[in-house]
Amino acid sequence: MLLIPCPNCGERDESEFDYGGRALAYPVLDASPGQWHEALHLRTNPLGDIDEYWYHSSGCECWIRLRRNLSTHKFSRLTSDESNT
Amino acid sequence: MKYSAFSLLKQALRGHRHWPQIIEAPTKLRPGYDIVIVGAGGHGLATAFYLARNHDLSDVLVLDSGWIGGGNTARNTSIVRSDYLLPASFELKNFALQLWDSLSQELNFNLMYSPRGYIDLAHSDGELEHFMLRANAMRLGGAEASILNRKQITEKVPAISLCEDARFPVSGALFQPEGGIVRHDAVAWGFARGASSSGIHIRQNCPVTDFDIDSGKVTGVRTAQGKIKAGKVLISAAAASSQLAQLADISLPLEVINVQALVTEPVKPVLDSVVNYNAGLSYISQSDKGELVLGGATDGYSSYARRGSFARIEDTLARAQQIFPMLSNLRLMRHWSGTADIPMDGNAIVGATAVENLFINCGWGYAGFKATPAVGWSLAQLLAQNAVPDLLQPFALERFESGALIDDAGIGPYPWLH
Ligand SMILES: Cc1cc2nc3c(=O)[nH]c(=O)nc-3n(C[C@H](O)[C@H](O)[C@H](O)COP(=O)(O)OP(=O)(O)OC[C@H]3O[C@@H](n4cnc5c(N)ncnc54)[C@H](O)[C@@H]3O)c2cc1C
Ligand SMILES: [Zn+2]
Repeated sequence: MLLIPCPNCGERDESEFDYGGRALAYPVLDASPGQWHEALHLRTNPLGDIDEYWYHSSGCECWIRLRRNLSTHKFSRLTSDESNT
Repeated sequence: MKYSAFSLLKQALRGHRHWPQIIEAPTKLRPGYDIVIVGAGGHGLATAFYLARNHDLSDVLVLDSGWIGGGNTARNTSIVRSDYLLPASFELKNFALQLWDSLSQELNFNLMYSPRGYIDLAHSDGELEHFMLRANAMRLGGAEASILNRKQITEKVPAISLCEDARFPVSGALFQPEGGIVRHDAVAWGFARGASSSGIHIRQNCPVTDFDIDSGKVTGVRTAQGKIKAGKVLISAAAASSQLAQLADISLPLEVINVQALVTEPVKPVLDSVVNYNAGLSYISQSDKGELVLGGATDGYSSYARRGSFARIEDTLARAQQIFPMLSNLRLMRHWSGTADIPMDGNAIVGATAVENLFINCGWGYAGFKATPAVGWSLAQLLAQNAVPDLLQPFALERFESGALIDDAGIGPYPWLH
């Protein structure tokens, strides 16, 4: 069970959220098919941290960006710069 | 030793003290093998078995970081069926069903294949129409499939409650009589025993830690127990696929998602088919011990933790209870998780990689157990003959780049939703 630290609402139960997947940097629209393939499909799946989006649907209704460890589920803080990208 | 009524009697008279080990563990590994398989799950072991049986190749080593079947093979809910719409998905699983039918005899190992029938419930006329399309596609492909109305469902599953004013009433079902369950750990051990008796080496507790790659060609593997030369290498490591592929500089188009399974306390026989509830997802069957075995949707986010959330358990049970109200009287005995490797189109990745002689079989997510013998059969063909068998062609890694995706559910690149 995840306790998700929403920057607006504090720690909330995972059932209040929808998952948005990886926080990815998408290429420009007219980038090559190869670049889009890489962005859309290829993943590293580290045993450690990834950055991802969650939608706090039963809370502040904001998309939030968080960093979470895939092995331990531990959330860690993003700097304000990182969470604004 | 061949298992038979006679060997059972003989061993019983000797107090069961003289059964030989199921597999012969190699005392020493050779410095090199024609083929090294990374991962002793059902898929890796089936491949090894068919390399020996169909192609007479036994200079083969299967390595596992843990123990035989300790990955997703013995974590799954053991359901086999072939009710898929797209030809590529259907054909491989339907070939597997044909193999399951005689595999216990073939392996001389009781896999307890029980073709008890698979019943997929539809909850609206639209859904039922889609199921008819699927049933017709299956029949065109040579499988048996039919549509059941509400009365026929109740006849087949007396314990079911098809209350008209349910939140998601049942409008009918797709029925595949050959669908059913197979004892999953027996599959791993049966293939391991068959491979081992042909002289193939199987080494447990021996993780592969790196690959030796020389000008774009794999030449060996590094393991916790030293370096081993290899003519060809197959990665068949499910949850660990990305980790291993990365060692060869390959990024895979998949994410890892947690999936849970649940088991109730054992009761007398109440359910002799496999039933799938589709408003949300919850499926249920009864084991020979009498436990009701349940599974549901994924936990919905990326994870390696093999630790699921209670919210998902609650969802799965609430849905199951809609059609089997008697479940509310039962207690859960156990629940566990596996890490499902789910590709961007929800379908498996099988075939060659950009590194010469390095092959991969992954992305089976929470649906690959049913395909085990067909995957092993076809991969053995690929490794032995260097040509991609027709059944595997659609599953090539390149399809993500070329756009030839096989997205049965039409979901798109969101693995946690597949
Ligand atoms: C909860 C759950 C329910 C499921 N239910 C069903 C179902 O009802 N029907 C169905 O068809 N499918 C189902 N599945 C999916 C099915 O279990 C898998 O698709 C299938 O078992 C995969 O087999 P495999 O041999 O590829 O992988 P695994 O059995 O996971 O084998 C991979 C092996 O690789 C080993 N390994 C990992 N890293 C290394 C390394 N570095 N070196 C050496 N070895 C390594 C692991 O230890 C493991 O033993 C379910 C899955 C889950 C998790
Ligand atoms: Zn919030």
